Amino acid sequence: MPMRNDRTRLQREFWNLVVYALLAAGAILFLLPLFWAVTSSLKSDYQVLQIPPQWIPNPPRWQNYPEALTYVPFDRYALNTLVIAVGAITGNLISCTLIAYGFARLRAPGKNFLFILMLSTMMLVDPVRIIPMYIEFKALDWIDTFLPLIVPAFFGSPFYIFLLRQFFLNIPRELEDAALIDGANRLQILLRVILPLSKPALAAIAIFNFQGVWNDFLYPLVFLHKQSNYTIALGLNFFRSTYSVHWGYLMAASVTALLPMVIVFFLAQRYFIEGITFTGIKG
Amino acid sequence: MTAQAGAAAKQMRLNLRKREALSFYLFILPWILGFLFFYLGPILASFYFSLTSWDLLTAPKWIGLRNYEKIFTNDPLFFQSLKVTFIYTFSYVPLDLIFGLLAALLVNRQIRGVGIFRTIFYLPSVLSGVAYVVMWLWIFNPQAGLINTLLGFFGVEGPRWLLDPKWALPSLIMMSLWGIGRTMIIYLAGLKDVPHELYESAEIDGANWWHKFWSVTLPLLTPSILFNLIFGIIITFQSFTNAFIATNGGPLNSTLFYVLYLYRKAFEHLAMGYASALAWILFLIILGCTVLIFRTSGRWVFYRGISE
Repeated sequence: MPMRNDRTRLQREFWNLVVYALLAAGAILFLLPLFWAVTSSLKSDYQVLQIPPQWIPNPPRWQNYPEALTYVPFDRYALNTLVIAVGAITGNLISCTLIAYGFARLRAPGKNFLFILMLSTMMLVDPVRIIPMYIEFKALDWIDTFLPLIVPAFFGSPFYIFLLRQFFLNIPRELEDAALIDGANRLQILLRVILPLSKPALAAIAIFNFQGVWNDFLYPLVFLHKQSNYTIALGLNFFRSTYSVHWGYLMAASVTALLPMVIVFFLAQRYFIEGITFTGIKG
Repeated sequence: MTAQAGAAAKQMRLNLRKREALSFYLFILPWILGFLFFYLGPILASFYFSLTSWDLLTAPKWIGLRNYEKIFTNDPLFFQSLKVTFIYTFSYVPLDLIFGLLAALLVNRQIRGVGIFRTIFYLPSVLSGVAYVVMWLWIFNPQAGLINTLLGFFGVEGPRWLLDPKWALPSLIMMSLWGIGRTMIIYLAGLKDVPHELYESAEIDGANWWHKFWSVTLPLLTPSILFNLIFGIIITFQSFTNAFIATNGGPLNSTLFYVLYLYRKAFEHLAMGYASALAWILFLIILGCTVLIFRTSGRWVFYRGISE
């Protein structure tokens, strides 16, 4: 039936074309805002308000970047954010590994109940916790230090624990049995057998955590007040409220603040996607 | 084997069990402490605070249910913020679920170069926070922003978007929809798991594209839909940053999100007791929605009979 085959092939080609058209339209919708932000970041106060706009600024005003980024100390804010990120990531990697291993491998009475309890804390809304936590940290004299943003990570985060536990469950038990017979204890097994096999899951957690810290606003807003302690998000908010009409500067600062996440995304896209796959959230 | 040796072996097994249970509790100890200090403790404390009047400067004063009474009988801003949050949640979450699914179906098609599109669609969803919002502030700018410039090419005079009480909330919804990549990627994981044979047997039965979607793809995706729905609702009810930066609740309280109102009460007016009561009401609303969805999910979520 050559004719029938030709027809289905033609049909397929036609639908592929439709899909390409839709993909292209989608790509424009997703990229245009970023393109607009970047071109605007290279315009002077005068160029930026011109109608119709120059899509490629002529001449591009590269000075917007150094000028905007030194108007308020963005280097300081970036450094603060990095310190918090490194602290929180370290905390989460250590605590979540231990906790997830316990949930994945060790038998104990009450384990299932505790696991469900842990999962249900994902539903606890931050706004309920934030006032008591503020008071807790105030009593400890931790307000206006990075501790409220770092220390809780050392006690694990439900989503990361869940992700790691799912990953550990897929590691064959036989690998551990050999080490157990050799007399290794559980901690040694975790460090020598499990962790070397878990690099993709640990990378996914580190990246999710970095993203969380870099984009977080509510917690830093509540816990950090002094300007010298600001994170990138707080600093950008401060900059916006003081220079709200200088769109070229604002876009330069915003593009700079978005850039690290864009870079991390392109370097580590596969971990973002794998991280979700590890959890087994699928059909 | 003598009875004695049997008993000894049993005793040893029991000891091993006990030791294993002990190591379990040691391993999860950080979580238990964290649960007490950062979850259970704060939740209980928050409930206690909600029954007091407290400005942080003097000791909390017990006032029973009066915070709740005032919220429900004498606080128009509470109802306004509840209305804003409900409208936002119940328009954004369904749109996010639908457009996320459409995007996933598109980038799931096996054609050349589709990987690049998947990356492009996904990228915006990893960006969020202040820089994201500041970028959109400029896109929505009524005079020289991107949207009104494009509308201008077609001779349409765009609205004042975030500055117009009628348009501010829809603008925030549009702004958030830029991040549908998050739901898309979860659908995509589900789509990858649909066995190919099901499509093939449907094709043999002469099913067209729509039939295949309706009777194979969609039922097998219902667990992903459930996941996206629940997380979408939990996250969206707590929206704060976008409105705080973009509109600060205005104009005319048209974007006064619940958590924004709560934040103001707590950290600007220092009404910690009142804000705690607001927090508890939100907590119960979200809990109620989640339970309701789980309860009804048995009727529409399709689990394949596969074992772990």
